[in-house]
Amino acid sequence: MAQHDSHGGAPHIGLPIYFAVFIALMVLTAVTVWVAFQDFGAMNNVIALGIATVKGALVVLFFMHVWHSSPLTKIVLVTAIFFFLILVVFVYADVGTRDLLEIPGRPAHFGESTGP
Amino acid sequence: MSDVAHSPKPNRLAHWYRSYAEQTESVTLGMWLFLVTEVMFFGGLFMAYMLYRGQNADAWAAASHHLDIGLGAFNTAVLIGSSLTVVLAVWAAEKGKQKQLALWLALTIVLGCTFLGVKAIEYEHKYHEHLFPGPEFMFEDTREGVHDFVDPDRARMFFHVYFGMTGLHALHMIIGIGIFLVLLVNTLRGKYTQQWHDPIPIAGLYWHFVDLVWIYLFPLLYLIGRH
Repeated sequence: MAQHDSHGGAPHIGLPIYFAVFIALMVLTAVTVWVAFQDFGAMNNVIALGIATVKGALVVLFFMHVWHSSPLTKIVLVTAIFFFLILVVFVYADVGTRDLLEIPGRPAHFGESTGP
Repeated sequence: MSDVAHSPKPNRLAHWYRSYAEQTESVTLGMWLFLVTEVMFFGGLFMAYMLYRGQNADAWAAASHHLDIGLGAFNTAVLIGSSLTVVLAVWAAEKGKQKQLALWLALTIVLGCTFLGVKAIEYEHKYHEHLFPGPEFMFEDTREGVHDFVDPDRARMFFHVYFGMTGLHALHMIIGIGIFLVLLVNTLRGKYTQQWHDPIPIAGLYWHFVDLVWIYLFPLLYLIGRH
């Protein structure tokens, strides 16, 4: 496991990289605010989440040192994402298929939230 | 092992590890395992957000319109700045620069408190505008142009999720500031050395994770549906 430098600690990412990541995060924040006031139709949501994911990846890879981490840490991170995706996929699989079968005695639109 | 035996500082190497590097590797992995549980903790709320946003898209766009993008963007910048001070603290700890370490830890605490202060102002506004989803909840569609009638119950759902997600995030910020206060006191007492300073990067991982949650909360709650 101990494949890093001799006195422990995270491998040394230089200060220039930290500042570059910081500037990139600030610029992306400005861009995502600007995009929110433009009309790109359905692409607005895609762009907003895409920028958030790029920012998140920068934080995880460089500020949290995953880029230089051991394979074990990377596996743990991928596992977290994988289990969150299980949550998402199974919830949509449930909610999206609730009205496919007509069940006698059950009111229509059983799965929808309250409201008219 | 010889460096441990002759070290004037207290021995921080647990006897079941062969080296400080191995110990650091192990505690870092432990912190990541905790963060996995945090992903699922917030993940349930993100799932609720996605599902209900899909079911109440127009009402949630109207509700989201009541949030202040300026304050949200300011807080995003504050948190990103605090993540920078955290990595600088980790860097200073690795180089054994104790004064710089204390400085960056203190700045992180200041930025964290700034975030919470702005958040408190936002909460107060929402409360006075009757947007807290309590018994006094009242909703008005303030968007320009012609829109379909918005069911207040559907808008109310947005504010349940808004206060739930930002509230849990703010709780994590409060805990994070407490952790960094402990780190700062320990640094001033000279507890951390260039050889052993594991709590700094470990607490840093926590802080970056809380920043990461906000990086998603900001567009999801403030930006989507604004144009």
